[in-house]
Amino acid sequence: MVKTDIKGDFLERDRTASKPRSKAKLNITGGLSKYAVLLGLLLFAFLILYPLFWMVVSSFKSYDEIYNNVWGLPSVWHFENYTTAWSMGISSYFFNSVLVTLATIVLVVLIGSMAAFTLSRYRSKWIDAALIFIIGGIMMNPQVALIPLFEILSWFGLIDTRWALILTYVAFRLPLTIILIRAFFLSIPKELEESAIIDGCSEFGIYARIYLPLSIPIILTTVVLTAFFAWNEFLFATVFIDSEVLKTIPSGLMNFKDALRTDWGVLLSGMVIASIPMVILLVVLQKFLVRGLSEGSVKG
Amino acid sequence: MTARKIPLIPTLFILPSILFLGLFIYFPLVQNLYNSFFQFSVFSPTKEFVGFASFQQLLQDKVIVAAFINNVKYAVISVFFQVFFALVLATILEDKVFRRIAPALRVIYFMPVMISISVIALLFTFVYNPQMGLLNSFLELIGLENLAVPWLGNATTAIYAVIAMSQWQSIGFITMLFIVAIQKIPKDLYEAADIDGAGKIRKFFNITVPQVKETMFVNVLITVTGSILVFNEPFILTGGGPGFSSTTLSVLMYEQGFGKDNMGYASVIATLIFVLSAIFALIQIRVSGTGKDD
Repeated sequence: MVKTDIKGDFLERDRTASKPRSKAKLNITGGLSKYAVLLGLLLFAFLILYPLFWMVVSSFKSYDEIYNNVWGLPSVWHFENYTTAWSMGISSYFFNSVLVTLATIVLVVLIGSMAAFTLSRYRSKWIDAALIFIIGGIMMNPQVALIPLFEILSWFGLIDTRWALILTYVAFRLPLTIILIRAFFLSIPKELEESAIIDGCSEFGIYARIYLPLSIPIILTTVVLTAFFAWNEFLFATVFIDSEVLKTIPSGLMNFKDALRTDWGVLLSGMVIASIPMVILLVVLQKFLVRGLSEGSVKG
Repeated sequence: MTARKIPLIPTLFILPSILFLGLFIYFPLVQNLYNSFFQFSVFSPTKEFVGFASFQQLLQDKVIVAAFINNVKYAVISVFFQVFFALVLATILEDKVFRRIAPALRVIYFMPVMISISVIALLFTFVYNPQMGLLNSFLELIGLENLAVPWLGNATTAIYAVIAMSQWQSIGFITMLFIVAIQKIPKDLYEAADIDGAGKIRKFFNITVPQVKETMFVNVLITVTGSILVFNEPFILTGGGPGFSSTTLSVLMYEQGFGKDNMGYASVIATLIFVLSAIFALIQIRVSGTGKDD
């Protein structure tokens, strides 16, 4: 005990003793450059933050004030911009987005975790082929599938229904979801399932009572990523949906803009309303998002 | 795990995924290639076989070249800002010197990522607005009003204005990926370098860069693939205009298909987009070893 203490102390002292000499010179330039870098960081933060701040502040302004007083705060806070936006159509876009997003999440998590279960527990040449088939899906992108999907959905009479969005969103989210959940399932100790089998648990029981409850963190990650995708998706939402009453927020906002022409305060209010749910979700589930982003991109 | 006969339930478990991917991902891919050899309009019951005619048209189409050059500009500028700048930014944020302020800055830089691209694009129509736009008003404020131009209405600036918005939105996202990678670097590497008296710049090049090389490479691929596919930003901000000055391959594909109803030609453009993006996606799968049992 004593010996190591002395050694540790010695090392400490040695390090502190050698430091001041080299640091004295560095301090002046180091200190200056530190503040220069800090200034840069803060300027960049301002550059990012200001347009968002402007959006929120201007959403309370009248058109005249947005046009003539770009920088100032509103002289009168037009809270009614929000109620106007809500009643002029945002409520319906909002409702559709919530519905499409929830349905997509439920289906992606359910179907994806089921596939991941099989892919992580069994091995055969068919399973390997299925795995390649599913992973290969991440190479596909919505742009390339747009016209064929329009045809397929027309054959089934699904164009201009919410199903057109839900089904295609599910398909495009499945590969990444399965990759993430499967990787997690592989880390679950085999002893758990063996003891469950001895206790007479069925395959379905192992999936529903062991694998799913243990995987809540990764499922939350896929929930965040899927919600983010479904809430913001623009291309399919624009092409597959025609009816005003079925539009989701991203495509609805474009209509909203055309309909409002110069009622910018109301348009900006609509934009703020559209942003709120994802900001809340991502702030609450930030931890799971960061995990998904890093694993999803590096591993997927 | 040894090969054994797979019971019924696991087989049933995987079927829905296979169906979804088969019907909505792989079939469209094949169908798109098939469509490339035909000429048809969106609601026509028959398709007219034209062979390679549309591919020939593609090779002679000057607008395609213009769009592709814009995609390349998008890629080059995005790689610079979202990979090199974001890596430097992440390194600075992870530096002990800024430990107190870094968490707040991380959240701020990440904010635009949380907001839908359609909201961001609409917001930037206000930023770039020639009469009351934030950018021109700011230039006026600091006495540089001669630099103020109608950013989106000018054929030389439009594409750069669109690209600038993308950087504004995405830097925080890539920075976050780099921060996660930097946090995984073993601390003793830096401690050893400290003992050797290495400065920050040397530590950056000798430790940080080699240690996050894989993330860097993946981020380059994500950024380049994103640039090949980019649709929402130019479509919402400029519609590809003025003229074709800010168009991209995806915007052209949409315009040909759903604007001009040349579904066959649009399919050929989609095939081109697929080939370009699949090359990079394949490299990404190869490099990151997705699906390995590690």
